[in-house]
Amino acid sequence: MSYKKKKRYGSKGRPRGLKVLFREFKKDKIAMMSLYLLVFFILFVFIASLFIDQETLMRINLYDRYSPPGEKYLLGADQGGKDIFGQLIIGARNSVFIALAITLITGLIGIVVGLICGYFGGWVDYIIMRIIDFFVTIPSLLFIIVFVTLVPKYSVATFILIMSMFLWTGTARLVRSKALSESKRDYVSASKTLGTGDFTIMRREVAPNLSSLLIVELTLNFAGNVGIETGLSYLGFGLPPTTPSLGTLVSYANNPAVLQEYWWVWLPASLLILFMMLAINYIGQALRRSLDVKQRLG
Amino acid sequence: MWKTIVRRLLLMIPQLIALSILVFVMAKMMPGDPFTGMITPDTDPARIEELKEELGLNDPLPVQYVRWVKNALQGDFGKSYTFQRDVASLIGERAMNTFWLSFVSVILLYLIAIPLGILAGRYQQSRLDKFIVFYSFITYAIPTFVLSLLFLYIFGYKLQWFPTGGSVDVEAEPWTLRYIWSRFYHILLPAITYAILGTTGVIQYLRSEIIDAKTMDYVRTARSKGVPMRKIYTKHIFRNSFIPIAAFLGFTITGLLGGSIFIETIFGYPGMGQLFVYSIAARDYSVICALVMLYGFLTLLGSLLSDIILSIVDPRIRIE
Repeated sequence: MSYKKKKRYGSKGRPRGLKVLFREFKKDKIAMMSLYLLVFFILFVFIASLFIDQETLMRINLYDRYSPPGEKYLLGADQGGKDIFGQLIIGARNSVFIALAITLITGLIGIVVGLICGYFGGWVDYIIMRIIDFFVTIPSLLFIIVFVTLVPKYSVATFILIMSMFLWTGTARLVRSKALSESKRDYVSASKTLGTGDFTIMRREVAPNLSSLLIVELTLNFAGNVGIETGLSYLGFGLPPTTPSLGTLVSYANNPAVLQEYWWVWLPASLLILFMMLAINYIGQALRRSLDVKQRLG
Repeated sequence: MWKTIVRRLLLMIPQLIALSILVFVMAKMMPGDPFTGMITPDTDPARIEELKEELGLNDPLPVQYVRWVKNALQGDFGKSYTFQRDVASLIGERAMNTFWLSFVSVILLYLIAIPLGILAGRYQQSRLDKFIVFYSFITYAIPTFVLSLLFLYIFGYKLQWFPTGGSVDVEAEPWTLRYIWSRFYHILLPAITYAILGTTGVIQYLRSEIIDAKTMDYVRTARSKGVPMRKIYTKHIFRNSFIPIAAFLGFTITGLLGGSIFIETIFGYPGMGQLFVYSIAARDYSVICALVMLYGFLTLLGSLLSDIILSIVDPRIRIE
């Protein structure tokens, strides 16, 4: 029996850290429920958005201006007579997609830069860390807004790139500090003595040991990016107004009349953002708790 | 001690220079020039060229940069074309509003966070603790603009407990008691929102500090000496746990600055954040540059403040 187990999860099997992480995570019932709800929600949004034609959705129809929920549309219409429900679905899909893209890009940059800094140390580390320190001290939100307004051919892709430019430093710092202590371990020096190349050690030996930490970091980043994207769209510096977005829907509430009278325009989008943020953050924090030996549920 | 502060101040200089270069490059990338809003179609192109030469816009970039820095150091950031007045005096007025908002917010933040953190740490795993942990999770996860809007909707419009915009009652005479009260009243709702959003960090830090301290040797010694539990908490544990909280102050200020863009826009509070959003929409580039520079400077100042406080309260981390 024990032999079999060793075979399955031996040195060539899955990384042990991840297995422990997921085993602990499964014990947290609320986190598991959040995960199921979130996965179901994302699948629903992506599948449902396939059946919605964005052009018909965004066509202005003044006859249905501020039509209340239940009359013609399930959740009513906004000041252009556009269906709120359809906009919610496309908007949520866009938010999830953008946040995911930013998380992956910043994650990749962060991991590569962090590993290089932490593994090599010395002057490479010193120079890159000074650049990161600088990024940390500048007001990145303001710079993102300025760049968004300066870029000539503005699209979803440029938006993702601008955001990624300013948001990769947190992951890089975290990976660096972990890689720094990891690369002083015996297994790294043993591997070096055997003549393994630096990049092979980084990729195949150091990186897997950071995997559970990275899953936590990326999940929390994902939540943060949903917040930043919807926030910027809310201010009017995110997605272009022709693209349905949760932030744009919420921003209609800047008009006091809409805020007071037509709650169905902005409230569902706000609650949807809230739901996504709470669910993703809860999963992230539960993962972090699973990682922390002191806080394990037993 | 002083050595640490001087070192830390010196460290700020290259950061400030890098920031100013970035802002300068950004300013050069922006369309338009200082004459935007002053030129009519009848203006002679030769005259524009003359003005450009006079202002040194044809000089090489490094020369322009040095002059720009010199002017900025003297408080001259140019003129805002939408407001038709000096950027420095325009921002100065708004900065005071933002300052008062942040001031009230920070006080409220600590008033809420410190008792909650202490209670959660002291009565760990109790129902109260679970509630506080849940509260700090919600405030951590909720985006600034969503909470602000919900508060504005509930407390401003539905319950009408607070005014829904502006910084002061228009009828109030300046510097009477009513005026001061009215200003405070206008600040209160945005400040409460602000404070609630910022409590998470302080609560979590304080809670885990206290929980960690419970198992420390000095606590066990005190207990075996027969010191009552209450006294151990007030005289021993809390004093130690407050150390990192003191250092949080600088970071709190930094965090408040970023949030001010959302809060001030939503509550219609005329501070720097609202001015920034307005200037971006109006493409008023001289104001934008000055604001980015100022925000960056204040952010640096915030982290400096944190480091200095930390080195005062905790001698172990002083730079040698």
